[in-house]
Amino acid sequence: MVEILLDATVRAGTPILFATLGAILNERAGIINLGIEGLMLIGALAGFAGTFYSGSVFIGVLCAFVAAFVAGSIHAFITVPLRGNQIVSGLALTMFGIGVTALFGRGMVGETIVGLERIALPGLSLLPVIGRPLFEQDILIYTSFILVFLIWFFLYRTRVGLNLRTVGENPAAADTCGISVSLYRFLAVTSGAGLVGVGGAYLSLAMTPMWIENMSAGRGWIAVALVIFSGWSSHRAMFGAYLFGGITAMQLRFQAIGTDISTHILQMLPYIFTILLLVFSTIRLQKGASQQPQGLGLPYDREDRK
Amino acid sequence: MKLVIERRDTSSALVRFLAPVASIAVALAFAGFLLLAAGINPLEAYREILIEAVGSIYGISETLVKATPLILAGLGVSLAFRMQIWNIGAEGQIYIGAMGATWVALFSGLENHWVLMITMFSAAFICGGLWAGIAGFLRARWNVNEVIVTLMMNYIAILLINFLVYGPWRDPQSFNFPLTAQFADAARFANFFDTRLHSGFFLALALALFLYLFMERTVWGYQIKVIGSNAQAARYAGMRTGYAVFWVLFLSGAIAGVAGFSEVAGLQYRLQHGISPGYGYTAIIIAWLARRSAIGVVIVSLLMGILLVGGDSLQMLWQLPIAFVYAFQGLILFFLLGSDFFIQYRLKLIRGIRYG
Repeated sequence: MVEILLDATVRAGTPILFATLGAILNERAGIINLGIEGLMLIGALAGFAGTFYSGSVFIGVLCAFVAAFVAGSIHAFITVPLRGNQIVSGLALTMFGIGVTALFGRGMVGETIVGLERIALPGLSLLPVIGRPLFEQDILIYTSFILVFLIWFFLYRTRVGLNLRTVGENPAAADTCGISVSLYRFLAVTSGAGLVGVGGAYLSLAMTPMWIENMSAGRGWIAVALVIFSGWSSHRAMFGAYLFGGITAMQLRFQAIGTDISTHILQMLPYIFTILLLVFSTIRLQKGASQQPQGLGLPYDREDRK
Repeated sequence: MKLVIERRDTSSALVRFLAPVASIAVALAFAGFLLLAAGINPLEAYREILIEAVGSIYGISETLVKATPLILAGLGVSLAFRMQIWNIGAEGQIYIGAMGATWVALFSGLENHWVLMITMFSAAFICGGLWAGIAGFLRARWNVNEVIVTLMMNYIAILLINFLVYGPWRDPQSFNFPLTAQFADAARFANFFDTRLHSGFFLALALALFLYLFMERTVWGYQIKVIGSNAQAARYAGMRTGYAVFWVLFLSGAIAGVAGFSEVAGLQYRLQHGISPGYGYTAIIIAWLARRSAIGVVIVSLLMGILLVGGDSLQMLWQLPIAFVYAFQGLILFFLLGSDFFIQYRLKLIRGIRYG
């Protein structure tokens, strides 16, 4: 029972984890991205279509990354060189994603693929309780474990990561040091978007191996909220994503065993929980030293430098 | 030779007018490529949209019907924009407003037409307002990001409506369809010219005029504008900025809630799933395109009305998903943001100068 619940937690949390990690990369460079929801859909469709036509899940994931990377470059182009409003551009990206995937996904509705398969890690998967949830999963889940570590390592233990954080905290200082603010921001937005796309692909390749219009169902927005909860750090993002996975898993469990509570009310839980979590983490942020990148949301123009 | 970006000292009125027009034109062209890629002839599609939406009296009336909730929700979102507050939750506020109006129409026991109209209006106003007010309170009290809260509230609102129409409010005679009972005639708007055009459209126009006067001619409107452009200066001038956020979001949601009232009293005559197929999201674009003006909201809503009526018929003709309209709206926003750059800056070719 606990094992099943934990397994469902990890699986439901993984798409949100990828999306949150991508959004963290964006925001670490100082760019808010409210297009996460749209990017997830683009990733979900591209991942599904790629797998459908090539027969290979790996090519599918690659397609998801590339498609979201390209779509993310629209946001990057508008917010970095053109210094446009980041909030509006992100919203536009979400709308664009919903619309474009509805249009091009028409032919994919009802098609089936062979989704990602579970791979048992020898030995580890036999551990009691946590064996199956953590060590008998698909390749994308293992990738996400490694990615959490890699992003932490990149941000705090490499030169390029330090530069990226500087660009987000104080672009003028970074510029003075000879760091190209535009280049860092552009690449952070596009590669972050690519990760979000992989999160979307997890929906259409592993959770429910099919394409459904608007299948992300608000997970992208939950990821945007989780970035604040995580304090812009990858390991807390993992914790937050699994917290959500847990809520979703419990909600599904409740529905499966049948309770007197209406399914519509149960389905509200993740959204109500997001709001509560957001309130909680905002209050905590204000009490302690704020971890929010200081340059978040502000376009950088060398002429404005003081 | 070197290409440099130079900030404009002043932006000309012509550029500011041309930018949105050009954005829409370029977005149309781009959307055309998307349609082409999806196997649809864009010229035929655009012709179809125009014929359906403005080619006949009936088409025009349908465009006005579609524009009605857009004007109301757009006014709501645009009011919050004035104070740099992002109300992304108009969609949910429309549903909750419709819920309030439906409760009055079905369960209050009132029978007089005008009493019903005023009570339904008030119920929708207050319900929509309180719904958005939750985000307003959280923002005012703890500075919680209103974008995420208003958006999450959309999902919650739609699930709440589903709960009602699948559960306690379901009409026993609906053969298990998720619908409430139909409203009595006294709880319905009047229709005009033998079309579906209803009083809601004129209510929307009246509210637009009212909000214009509110913003331009009252102290409260002035305060909203000052707080929006510089909160620090507003506090220095003695304005109470703390709960202004709450009130602006309350009003913003209340007006979006009236859109819900107008939809159930003028068109659906009952509460059901899908009374708003995304009007609340379109309203965000409308507010942004209208550049903070109530009159602008009306004009842009009419344009979007054309797009929605046309979109509906494309859906019927070619099974084109109506969500395609979102892609188009996203494109308009992208190009509008891009054009903002050219309002503020100009590109200049400089010859023969080397920078050190």
